Amino acid sequence: MERNLTCIVCPMGCSLKVELDGGEVKSVSGNTCPRGEVYARTECTNPMRTVTSTVRCSDGTVVAVKTDKPIPKDKVFDCMKAINNANPDLPIKIGCVIIDKIYGAKVIATQNAE
Amino acid sequence: MTDLVIIGGGPAGMSAAIAAYESGIRDILILERDVKLGGILQQCIHNGFGLHKFGEELTGPEYAWRYEEKVREYGILFKTGTMVLDITKDKIITATNEEDGIFTIQAKAIILAMGCRERSKGALNIAGSRPAGIFSAGTAQKFVNMKGYMPGKSVVILGSGDIGLIMARRMTLEGAEVKAVCELMPYSGGLARNIEQCLNDFNIPLKLSHTVVEIHGKERLEGVTIAQVDENRKPIDSTREFIACDTLLLSVGLIPENELTKAAEVELDRITNGAVVDQDRQTEKEGIFACGNVLHVHDLVDFVSEEAEIAGKSAASYIKSGTQNDMNAVIKTDGKIRYSVPQRITTKKDITVYFRVSDVFKNVKINVYKDGEQIYSKKKIKVAPGEMESIKLAGEKLDDAKELYLELEVL
Repeated sequence: MERNLTCIVCPMGCSLKVELDGGEVKSVSGNTCPRGEVYARTECTNPMRTVTSTVRCSDGTVVAVKTDKPIPKDKVFDCMKAINNANPDLPIKIGCVIIDKIYGAKVIATQNAE
Repeated sequence: MTDLVIIGGGPAGMSAAIAAYESGIRDILILERDVKLGGILQQCIHNGFGLHKFGEELTGPEYAWRYEEKVREYGILFKTGTMVLDITKDKIITATNEEDGIFTIQAKAIILAMGCRERSKGALNIAGSRPAGIFSAGTAQKFVNMKGYMPGKSVVILGSGDIGLIMARRMTLEGAEVKAVCELMPYSGGLARNIEQCLNDFNIPLKLSHTVVEIHGKERLEGVTIAQVDENRKPIDSTREFIACDTLLLSVGLIPENELTKAAEVELDRITNGAVVDQDRQTEKEGIFACGNVLHVHDLVDFVSEEAEIAGKSAASYIKSGTQNDMNAVIKTDGKIRYSVPQRITTKKDITVYFRVSDVFKNVKINVYKDGEQIYSKKKIKVAPGEMESIKLAGEKLDDAKELYLELEVL
């Protein structure tokens, strides 16, 4: 089986062609860098996404957050629920942990708020 | 008298300030309209910024912070909440804020870094009523990401530029249903990876060659009628289709914000809507420079920072020793290449010329002619209007040039 993907690793957006045998990746072509091959292999076996969103702090301030690494794609909406339930206190420094364990990642602040 | 005044504290303004500082200028002032530095990056909470500059994927606020930290570390002065009202060609700036009232500054050099704004609904002439629920994509982005308000629950997006695509995903993640993204053109203006991760990931249909032809609803938007368009971009009546929605987001283009540039009587490029500049990003008014989205709309902030560094360094060199021009050539384009930045060359040195094409072309050659003689050629598999291209020209090839002509040859 063959699967066509658009690489999302960088803005180049290479068109990737993946040869699959059952669930196994046989070969990847169309990538211009090694990261493209890694992306294609993960995408066909266990797709992952970084989640970026915002949390509302206890005083009402909205602060941007992200998962510090990609999480399984099918857990993105569960992760959003957890993020929307978080209610941290100010001050928040960029990089500080908002949720310390979620699907193998942490949710960290990407903005300062005083 | 201030050595360097920078109008705008977004990615372009901060990057220019840092470059000027690192070139030895100390008397720098950044004037920023918003309450904090960072410009539009503060509401661009998604990741994908900084791959070129930092080799890692940052979110907008994180990318902005890298620069703000440097600005603070260097002790570069900035005034936020400060609106510049006027700039004269003699580099007198009139600005206002709560603390200082209205004040004027005489600058030795000015860098224009005001960014761009969104094309509005008014510019589109969509038929129908004018209910609540119609936002530019960037306004919706500000509501959701900075204020924590959702503009609506069921959404149609007109325009498939990157902001529209990013907002399709953002609204979906926050619980809205995005019913369709309509794009007038037969191709998307956004990055391929955004179509993949913002639309395909959530099964949001991208309707190419489609537009919104009617708006329905009185108090609040109740729906839109969309239709396919023919090759002349005229809606085809038989394809009209009603989509119920309470929100319409418009992502229909960005326009450089050049009111101040005009006030300073700086010559503008009809196509970019930004200033005409030379390789140093100096406008034809000596000592006034421009960079970032106010000069021409970029796809990636990394390229904005790069361009701003050029402007910052050049402004520093102008402040120290004035302008030293040794040639005067214009860069012209063939139409398939819509524009170039810079548009002029005034110093013989290695330069990078940035440009955009008018349509999607496959298997092309980019040729450069110096006064009729070919000095450069490069093959490309594909070029598209949504992706800015660049070529590097060696200074030694530019000797005595009067005109450089950029041509896109379709093979």
